[in-house]
Amino acid sequence: MKRFSLFNATSLTLGFAFLYVPILILVVYSFNSSRLVTVWAGFSTKWYGKLFNNEQFLDAALVTLKVGIASSCIATVLGTIAALVMVRGGKFRGRTLFSGMIYAPLVMPEVITGLSLLLLFIALGVDRGVFTIVLAHATFSMCYVSVVVSSRLVSFDESLEEAALDLGCTPFDAFKSVTLPIIAPAVISGWLLAFTLSLDDLVIASFTTGPSATTLPIKIYSAVRLGVSPEINALSTLLIGAVTIGVIVASLATKRAAVHRKRQEELARQED
Amino acid sequence: MRRALVISIPYIWLIALFLIPFGIVLKIALSDPQISIPPYTPHFDLSAGWAGIKDFFSQLDFENFTWLTEDDLYWKAYLSSLRIALISTILTLLVGFPIAYAMAQAPKEWQPTLMMLIILPFWTSFLIRVYAWMGILSSEGFLNQFLLWTGLISAPLQIINTDWAVFIAIVYTYLPFMVLPIYATLEKLDPSYTEAAQDLGCSRAQAFWSVTIPLSKSGVIAGCFLVFIPVVGEFVIPSLLGGSKTLMIGKVLWEEFFSNRDWPVASAVAVILLLILIIPIVLFQKQQERAQEAET
Repeated sequence: MKRFSLFNATSLTLGFAFLYVPILILVVYSFNSSRLVTVWAGFSTKWYGKLFNNEQFLDAALVTLKVGIASSCIATVLGTIAALVMVRGGKFRGRTLFSGMIYAPLVMPEVITGLSLLLLFIALGVDRGVFTIVLAHATFSMCYVSVVVSSRLVSFDESLEEAALDLGCTPFDAFKSVTLPIIAPAVISGWLLAFTLSLDDLVIASFTTGPSATTLPIKIYSAVRLGVSPEINALSTLLIGAVTIGVIVASLATKRAAVHRKRQEELARQED
Repeated sequence: MRRALVISIPYIWLIALFLIPFGIVLKIALSDPQISIPPYTPHFDLSAGWAGIKDFFSQLDFENFTWLTEDDLYWKAYLSSLRIALISTILTLLVGFPIAYAMAQAPKEWQPTLMMLIILPFWTSFLIRVYAWMGILSSEGFLNQFLLWTGLISAPLQIINTDWAVFIAIVYTYLPFMVLPIYATLEKLDPSYTEAAQDLGCSRAQAFWSVTIPLSKSGVIAGCFLVFIPVVGEFVIPSLLGGSKTLMIGKVLWEEFFSNRDWPVASAVAVILLLILIIPIVLFQKQQERAQEAET
């Protein structure tokens, strides 16, 4: 076993301090009783109380959740199909264009994506609101899902699916009962990624929304532009808490699933 | 037949909601602004038949692009965005590489936890992570309080509303994009290569420079693309932490669109931004495809 050097330990410590101290300060000062965010004046939960009485924030949170759930479900279905096409599709006409359209949104500046989608919706005369944000979010997050799922698909032994086909499965059945269970962890993490990307997005939502729908990031941005406020700290703390719990639960669940699968595989081997 | 159907679902979706919108942006960039809804002219009128189409095209021109070259705000903003993106990509690499390297060297049983610790901030809202720095970098913020307390400075530094605040926030928010691809290549690296180099008389530093660095090239390149390209068009960070002197094209586009309501100019800004980024985007795509082929 190689020695873990002092240099490496230092870079990890400093790196994680850099990543987590700002978040920690944000969380601690959400419990500050003073309106001045940088001066500690004692413990208080009053900003949380204020937050729960702020109906604008609650409405925005509801819109954000709706958009997040709808867009991530669409993105997961489309992204999984796209991943199958990318990894298994073989050669077909327009493959380069297809892969370009999958990779480009990953790095495309959001202002361009947002502007172009808005102009499309206006050209089509669609009423802007929850529906248009869902379409916009599903489009860029399906590319993320597709990348996550393809990385799982490339390491997947195709002969398993061929065996199912030889044993008389229809292609759809073979996909459902062989491929899907194996790529399921990637599909689930793709969904989670799409969901958080949607919850997080300010720029694309600002372009594609109409007066009827305000998402939480749009609300936060307009509050934050005026400066730091303890209510926003409280809201951020709640969001950070929710995400942390979500990620921990998801990682425990996938770990348990992996252990379970391993045990099943061993059992299957013993029966041979 | 069924295969074509499966391919066509995501294909048509992406063409309709990713490709066609760019065509519309291009068309509006060639139109003239007008005070109406929607605020540009000409409109496509299919009912007038061929004459309508000819009329439509004859009204398109490059006026907005000429305008962009005449007002030096725009090309200054493009140059400044590229400069900020380049500097912050280098800074992110300098911060990210040691972290990725240390992660790859850490005991195997720690690695999943370390990776989760890198990803976790990425799952929390981007906006909130930028916001966190507003309280830290302001003139009475935590960083200044801390530096005054240590006695390193005697008067608060002006960090917020300068390029430095923008660099710090970019490194902070884009760090996972740099660390993860580099870690992925370093983790697969067989330690016997560096051991062989050392057996052949290299010092540890020499082995690092001539073996580890070249072999981690693909991860470094992927990380740099993932940071550089989106940062060129970044809006949230310069708008919340940058000053009036921090020119970035994402902010210019946003203001053209939302404050000035000049859609044709905003579209022209987007078209040029896209032309600038098309080369790095294509290189990124090729690199990703090569990486995926190497896996299979």
